[in-house]
Parts: sequence; structure tokens; C-alpha cells
Amino acid sequence: MQKTAGLIKKRALELLADGTVTKVLGWEEGDFIYDVTPAFFDKETIDSLVFSSFCGSNLSKYLIKACKEQTEGKILVFLKPCDTFSFNQLLTEHRIDREKVYVVGVECKGMLDIEKIKALGINGVTKVIDNGESLNIKTIYGEKTCERSEVLLEKCTTCKSKELVVFDEVLGEKAENENSQDRFAQVAALEAMTTEERYAFWQGELSKCIRCNACRNVCPACSCMKCVFDNIQSGVASKSNADTFEEKMFHIIRAFHVAGRCTDCGECSRVCPQGIPLHLLNRKFIKDINELYGDYQAGEEAGSRAPLVNFTFDDAEPSVIHERGNS
Amino acid sequence: MQRIGVFVCWCGSNIAATVDVDAVVEAVKNEPGVCFAKNYQYMCSEAGQALIKDAIKEHNLTGIVVCSCSPRMHEATFRKTAEQAGLNPYMVEIANIREHCSWIHKDMKEATEKAVILARAAIAKVNLNAPLQAGESAVTKRALVIGGGIAGLQSAIDIADAGYPVDIVEKSPTIGGKMAQLDKTFPTLDCAACILTPKMVEAAQHPNITLYTYSEVEEVKGFVGNFNVKIKKKARFVDSTKCTGCAVCTAKCPSRKGGNEFNCNLDTRGAVYIPFAQAVPNVATIDTERCIHFKTGKCGICQKVCSAGAIDFEQKDEFIEEKYGAIVVATGFEILDVTKFDEFQYTKHPDVVTSLELERIMNAAGPTKGTLLRMSNKEHPHDIVFIQCVGSRGNTCRDKTYCSKICCMYTAKHAMLIREKYPDVNVHVFYIDVRTPGKNFDEFYRRAVEQYNVDYIKGMVGKVWEKENGRLAVQGVDLISNRRIMLETDMVVLAAAIQPSKGVRNIATMLTASIDTNDFLTEAHPKLRPVESPTAGVFLSGVCQGPKDIPETVSQAGAAAVKVVGLLAKDKLVTNPCTATPNELMCNGCSSCARVCPYGAIDYVEKEVNDHGKREVRRLATVNSALCQGCGACTVACPSGAMDLKGFSNRQIMAEVDAICR
Ligand SMILES: Cc1cc2nc3c(=O)[nH]c(=O)nc-3n(C[C@H](O)[C@H](O)[C@H](O)COP(=O)(O)OP(=O)(O)OC[C@H]3O[C@@H](n4cnc5c(N)ncnc54)[C@H](O)[C@@H]3O)c2cc1C
Ligand code: SF4
Ligand code: SF4
Ligand code: SF4
Ligand code: SF4
Repeated sequence: MQKTAGLIKKRALELLADGTVTKVLGWEEGDFIYDVTPAFFDKETIDSLVFSSFCGSNLSKYLIKACKEQTEGKILVFLKPCDTFSFNQLLTEHRIDREKVYVVGVECKGMLDIEKIKALGINGVTKVIDNGESLNIKTIYGEKTCERSEVLLEKCTTCKSKELVVFDEVLGEKAENENSQDRFAQVAALEAMTTEERYAFWQGELSKCIRCNACRNVCPACSCMKCVFDNIQSGVASKSNADTFEEKMFHIIRAFHVAGRCTDCGECSRVCPQGIPLHLLNRKFIKDINELYGDYQAGEEAGSRAPLVNFTFDDAEPSVIHERGNS
Repeated sequence: MQRIGVFVCWCGSNIAATVDVDAVVEAVKNEPGVCFAKNYQYMCSEAGQALIKDAIKEHNLTGIVVCSCSPRMHEATFRKTAEQAGLNPYMVEIANIREHCSWIHKDMKEATEKAVILARAAIAKVNLNAPLQAGESAVTKRALVIGGGIAGLQSAIDIADAGYPVDIVEKSPTIGGKMAQLDKTFPTLDCAACILTPKMVEAAQHPNITLYTYSEVEEVKGFVGNFNVKIKKKARFVDSTKCTGCAVCTAKCPSRKGGNEFNCNLDTRGAVYIPFAQAVPNVATIDTERCIHFKTGKCGICQKVCSAGAIDFEQKDEFIEEKYGAIVVATGFEILDVTKFDEFQYTKHPDVVTSLELERIMNAAGPTKGTLLRMSNKEHPHDIVFIQCVGSRGNTCRDKTYCSKICCMYTAKHAMLIREKYPDVNVHVFYIDVRTPGKNFDEFYRRAVEQYNVDYIKGMVGKVWEKENGRLAVQGVDLISNRRIMLETDMVVLAAAIQPSKGVRNIATMLTASIDTNDFLTEAHPKLRPVESPTAGVFLSGVCQGPKDIPETVSQAGAAAVKVVGLLAKDKLVTNPCTATPNELMCNGCSSCARVCPYGAIDYVEKEVNDHGKREVRRLATVNSALCQGCGACTVACPSGAMDLKGFSNRQIMAEVDAICR
């Protein structure tokens, strides 16, 4: 990890120096070492660029605005395998400009979830030494250790792929994806519930929502010029906060809006301050799409036609879908 | 604020017997925007329309709601009525309180409540309606017929005779369809070829008809009056301008193992073949799957023997693009695969055949040169058992639920022809019902029973098996005497169900024409518009729409032709003003809309927009309103709600839903 961080810094400096890029999109540290946020850098500020096991955030979406503003030269962006899917999806939707971006793919073993670390009773973290298997954590209360697998971000425990699907060059050591869990297991468990149980589950989860909009704002698929929830004309803006039932409409409508476009990057759940497992809604769609129309992974290929905006002769008959809906 | 009039129709007792029309009027009076409401016995009558016109003028109405039958019946009527009173026709909304309400309810209280709700939804919509202006589009005066069976040929000839150019696309190497395979035809017993081949020749020679045989429709774009069609002319590997049809190559081809489809695979043909002597065009075709040259690069005998030098192994598929004003679908049918009915031993015993195979066996150009022979040993049969309804009228997964309609008649035909030519042969027919309505049809069947002594047995066959002597044992029931029957026979003939041609799904999809659960094409109205598809500009001819015999097929083909001619005779069509438009400030340029548009109406431009003072160049969707058919697919696909449909805007639909859920 520390080695990759060094490589990243080095490459950023080189690419800025030789004029390949004029701007760098990466991560910077906040007050705490685990408080890492996306940031843009130039020649002057590049020193603050960091790369650590807390770089879970997906940088793709920041390119939408950056591409618009970029008149000359390229933007360097660091993308983990899962982030490259979002990047491709944004290309498919014509939201970013491939020509204006220099993609450095960064191999990834999975990123850490500070909340899970804290839950183990490890507080006041000042440094994490990550050898790829176990973690050596320095805290203000002394040194602790734990297994990497115990404290991975949810999205990394069910990592969909270690494949970089788009890049100009690659840094780091390729990781294996053997330990990843079945990403549809939780959805299958929800499907096995009775309607009442499932309703109660979602009612419980979604009623925690404080409508901070973090999930929407981070989501690379939520890139509308004007979100329907901010648009009085849409007729749904006010609906979604009238009462506790309509509150859920926000999430249901959002899930529908990203259906077939969501790459399962997991950002929505990661950023939710209320810990709502939003990814389960999206994964339900992904699972259904896979089952009804054959396996499809949004973002795997730029320009691919998602099953929901495509028609093929062997598409599932509406009656089949209807029957499934009833079961 | 709109000034809305609501007109509640009784439709005689159709509506008024189940819906309390007075109560509806009372209930809607206080709806927002409503300033007039009245009910009347027949709104569509002259008097009813006068009532509407008077109210529009007297109360200065800006929009009206008619609570009546389906908009498919009278929307056009009421739009004209409104227009005559000076109102924009698109300020009219119909609340369907008949098909959607009175006809499906028994309880007056419930039906009335629902009628009020439907009226409320329509009122909520009119409140947001805006006047729209319809445009015009030109009509391409050329028709396409897909399928060159008797249906397609008849439609094409009739359209061509009216003076319009017609192209026929036929997927097989010759036109003629199934009728070309038949021997004699009921009810008159004239030879199929004798009455079909003149039509085939007429089509081929008609100055207004172009034949594309061995061709398929690849892609259809556009809409009524303006279809753009891409046709693939598959390579025959024979230059049809040089081939004289001498058939020397077909005789000399050494690859002779494969079945001859025209004779239902009862005999074989060469890899280079002409389906039958009267094929149109009379040109050979190379079947590349069987040709030795295509498999190994060797052989090439056909090329050597062809004195015209017509064999061309390098030939490529050709693509033709053409514009059409109207399209007739005449893709016909095929025989149900009877291998699933193996209680009748079809796959095991060569003496068990389908009726179509029997047609070939009885035909002079067939595998036995027209002599009725057992296929197992080429001996004369003494007993024949016919089994009716194989795969028709059933309710298991291997059956079709419908009646194939033609089998009772052709079996009577087969029975009679056999008894006439071979009086020594005993003929038994197992049937569920004998269905022979139609001119001279029942007489025909009775002749088989009374004059030709065909043994009709009401009941089904349970199983067939081979006896040691090589003959077939048939076990069935006779429902009339209520006993089990065992027969020994030489041949069993299965009246297999017919089903639409396999390719029809592709065709229907390309045309956005609908098909039913059995894959038969659906008509716009089963009674009143039987030869039109619900998709404007697409017409139906022959068995692709439902089982039919030749007389019915030909009548329907003519009817479809008249509809086509009626369309092509117009210079301009009124276009639907309910087209999609994107909101430029909301569009992301994401392409979702273009991906779902079935009419290719959406394109993208880089355009500078002024978003609340912020100027920037954005990729934006634009809709070609001449191509847009107002289907609304894009409005649903658009994630940001930027795409909206005039006359059915998102706000209008939401207002309707809200009114219903209130
Ligand atoms: C055993 C049997 C006996 C019969 N006997 C009689 C009788 O005695 N009297 C009578 O009145 N009727 C009889 N019929 C019924 C008669 O055959 C039909 O009514 C008639 O053939 C229907 O004609 P059609 O043009 O609709 O279909 P078809 O004859 O099936 O013609 C359809 C044509 O379309 C072509 N096609 C299909 N799909 C495509 C595609 N995707 N693209 C391009 N081309 C395509 C096919 O190759 C074919 O040439 C009999 C039927 C059977 C099965
Ligand atoms: S919905 Fe969640 S998982 Fe899907 S793309 Fe958006 S942020 Fe990623
Ligand atoms: S991030 Fe969580 S709390 Fe915030 S709006 Fe989304 S679901 Fe609600
Ligand atoms: S409504 Fe939209 S999808 Fe339908 S035809 Fe018009 S532009 Fe195409
Ligand atoms: S789907 Fe909507 S946002 Fe996307 S290009 Fe079409 S109109 Fe624009």
C-alpha cells in the first residue's frame, strides 16, 4: 500500500512535469488519516496528494464538472477497478470526455471502513500499516492489530471485479478477487422474506433517512442537469417529503432512475450517515436484470446498451416478468 | 384557468343502466375548472353533438370532457365537434366510462363511483391541456408485401393493378407458399398448381411488381406513409440473370443426401436445386450447408456443367434500401412439429405421415409420382387411418388451443380423393368434431361420408404401434357406441395443427405490430378492422393473422390491398401533433431516449444554452417531429424528466393519477 502511494505521487509529478496533464484528481487527507476526501491538485498543490487504505471514494463523478471546465490539456485521475466501471458508464452517457482524461488505473485489494475499525473498539487511529493481510494500527491508546477482511468496506467485501476496464496506464500489484462474497446473497435473503417482513425491513431502514442527499450527490449515475427532486415541475419533488410513506418514494424513484445504469460502486451506502443499506435496492434491480435479460454489468464496456433501454428478440416476455413480480 | 364542460353520455342503456349519469353530473360540477355539466342519451348523435357545440359557445368553454365510450370509437367525432364550435380539437378529453366501467361492472354504486373518478382524471388533464396543431406528411406511393404465398401474391397483384408499385419479399427461393405444395384443393377439387401458377406468373410479369425472392426484411424504420426498409437479398451463388432454369446442375450435383423440403423431406434433392418445376423465378439456388464446394473447396461440378456460366461461388448477399408508404404482412404458416406426439409413432414409422406429406405423396410431382404408396415398403396400402386435431384444440403444453380450421375439410378431401382413385382402400377418420361451415363445405364432407363411404369415428386415438407383420395397430375410442376400437392399418395420417411462420416475431417486432399469445398477428379491431394491424400503415393478409383456407385467404388479401390502395391514394397524411420535446435546460444528453425510440426520431446537437445566466455548450437531444409518433417511450426512459410528450405531458399524467388517488 505504502509502495503504491509512493508510485502514485511520483507518476502525478512526472505527468504534470512533462505536460501530459495540467490537473490531477486524487485524494487528500483531512484532520484524521482516515478522513480522506477527493481533491484536485496542480503543480503547486500536488504535495498534498495521498493514497491510503481509506481511499474508498470513487473519483469518476468529479470529472463531469472538471471536463466541462477543462479547455486545454488533460486531467489525471486515479481510478480503482470498481471506479473504472463508473467512468465507463459516464462515457456511455456522454457525461465526460475521454479525450480530456488521463486514467491511471490503481490495483486494489479492498479499502477500509473506519466505522468497522471503531466498532472493534479501536479508536484514535493515527496510522495504519497495511501489509495486505493484517493491519497494524497505531492509535493514541497504543498499537492494535486486526484482520483486513474484518474491516473492509461493504462494497469491498462483495467486490464485483478486480479488472480495470479502462485505463491509460496501471500502477500497483494486481490483486485476486477470490475472497469476495456473493454480492446477491443479501438480496436473496430479502426476496425470501414475506411481503410484510420485507415491508417492515425497508420501513425500518428508510425511515432513518434524513434526506441529506449524500447518496444522490455521490452517485455517478445521479448526474442529471436538474434532479427531479429539485425540480418543482417534475411533480415528484414535493411528493417525496410529504409523509413517511412518501419519504420512501425518494429512494424508490432514485433506484428506478439508476436501474440499469448503476454500476454497483457502493458509494451510496458508503456515504450514508445513517448507515442505510441502499445498495440492496440497486442490487435487487441488477439481480433481476441479470436473471431476466442475461448477465449485464453496467460500465463494463463503454457504449454498451443496457437491457432496460434495449430490445432483443430473446428478451423475457412481459408475462414472465409479471409472474415473477407476483411470486 | 380553463372553462371546462363535461358531457356524460348514456350510450342508451349501455352506460346508463349501470352508471347513475345524474350522479356523475352532480359530482363533477364542483371539480376545478368545470363550469358546465350535462348528460344526454347519445352524445355522438347529431343532437348530442349540437348540445356540445351550443355549450361551447354559450359558456365560452376552453376545454371539454366527454364521458362516453372508448376514445378509439368516438374521439375523432368529438374532436371534430369541438373544432366546428371553434375549439382546438386537442382540448377534448374522453373519459371511457363504457369499456372501462359500465361494461365491466354490475353494481351501480361501484360503477358510478368509478365513472366519477375517471371523469375527474380527465378533467384534471384538460386543466393542463394546451391547443395543438397537427402537421402533414407526404406518402410514398409504393407498397411492400412480406411473404409470397397466395395471400401475398393476391395482395400484391391487386395493389399493382390499382397502379401502385409493389415489392414482394419472399424468404424462400420461389414464390407460391404452401399452396404450391398442395395437390387438389377443396371444395372444388381443382389442382392447386393449375390455379396458383397463373397467379405466380402474373405477379412475376406485372410491370408494377418487383420480386425479391430468397430475400428477407432486415430493418424497418419510419412510419405510415414513410417506411424505410432494408432488404437482404441472400446470395444464391447463381447469377439469376444468366440462369435459364435448365436444371442440368440440379441433376448432376453429387451431394444428394439432404432432404427435399418441397416434398416434406420424403425424398432428397441436390445441394443446388430448383424447388419445383414451376418455381418463380425458375432459377437454381445453392444450399451452402450441403454444397461440397463450400465445405471442402472441391467439386464445382455445377459450374462445369452450366452452359450459361451462371454458377458464381463468389456471389455476396445484396442489400436494398427502399421507401414504402404501406406494408402488408403475408408470412403465412407452418405445420406444427408433431415429433412431440410420438404416441402416434411419427418419428418411428415411415407410414405415419402428416397431411401435408400426404399432399406430396398424392401429387404427380411428389416423391411417389402421385401413386399412393406406403413410404416404408413402397407397397399399395389397403387401410388408412386419419387422426384429426393433432396439436389443435388442446390444453396441454404441446397443443395449440385454437382450431386450425382447415383440417376437417382437407381430410374429407384426402379421404374422398383416395376412395375415388383406389376404391379398394378403406378409410377411417378419427375426429373430435367435424367442423365444415362455409359455402358448399358441409355438402363436401357429407359426400365423403355418404357417397364415398368414408368411416368417420367420433373419438380420439390413444396410441399407434407397429405390429409384427409391419402394419400399424391403432387403438382408439368410439364415443358414439362408447367402446374401445382396435384397427389394423397400413398408413396413419396426422392432421397436424398449423401455426404462424417462425420468423413472424422478428417481422412483428421490426414493424412494432402486435402478435397474440399464439404469434398470430393481431388486427386493429377483430370485427371492424380485421385486415389492419394496430400499427398504422401495416396490413394483414392470409394465415399470418389466423387459420384460413384459400378462399378466405384470397378475400382477405384483396381487402388488405384495398386498404393499402386507400392509403397510397392520399397525397398527405395528417400527422399527430402529440410529439416529444426535450427541455433544453434539463437534458443531459445521456442518449437514453435515442436508445429506446423505435422510430429513430431522436438526434443530438451541441448547442449553447443559457441556464439562468450561465452560458455553456451542451449535448442536447432533439426530436424530429416528422418522425416522432408520440409513443412516449423516450419520456419514460429519460432519467431527468427532460423529455415530455405534448398532449400527454408528465404533469398531465401525474394530474390524472392524483385525481384518481384523491
Ligand atoms: C395439408 C394442407 C392442405 C390444405 N388444403 C387446402 C385446400 O384443399 N383448400 C384450401 O382452400 N386450403 C387448403 N389449405 C390451406 C392453404 O394452404 C392456406 O390457406 C394458404 O396456403 C394460405 O396462404 P398464405 O399465403 O397465407 O400462407 P403461405 O402459403 O404459408 O405463404 C406464406 C409465404 O410467406 C413466406 N414467408 C414466411 N415468413 C417470411 C418472412 N419472414 N419473410 C419473407 N417471406 C416469408 C413463406 O416462405 C411463404 O412463401 C391446406 C393446408 C394444408 C396444411
Ligand atoms: S446507486 Fe449507489 S452503487 Fe449505484 S452507481 Fe449510484 S452510488 Fe454507485
Ligand atoms: S445518504 Fe442516507 S440519509 Fe442521506 S439522503 Fe441518502 S439515504 Fe438518506
Ligand atoms: S415519443 Fe419519443 S420515443 Fe416515441 S417516437 Fe417520439 S421521440 Fe421517439
Ligand atoms: S434521456 Fe433525457 S436527459 Fe437523456 S438525452 Fe434524452 S432528453 Fe436528454
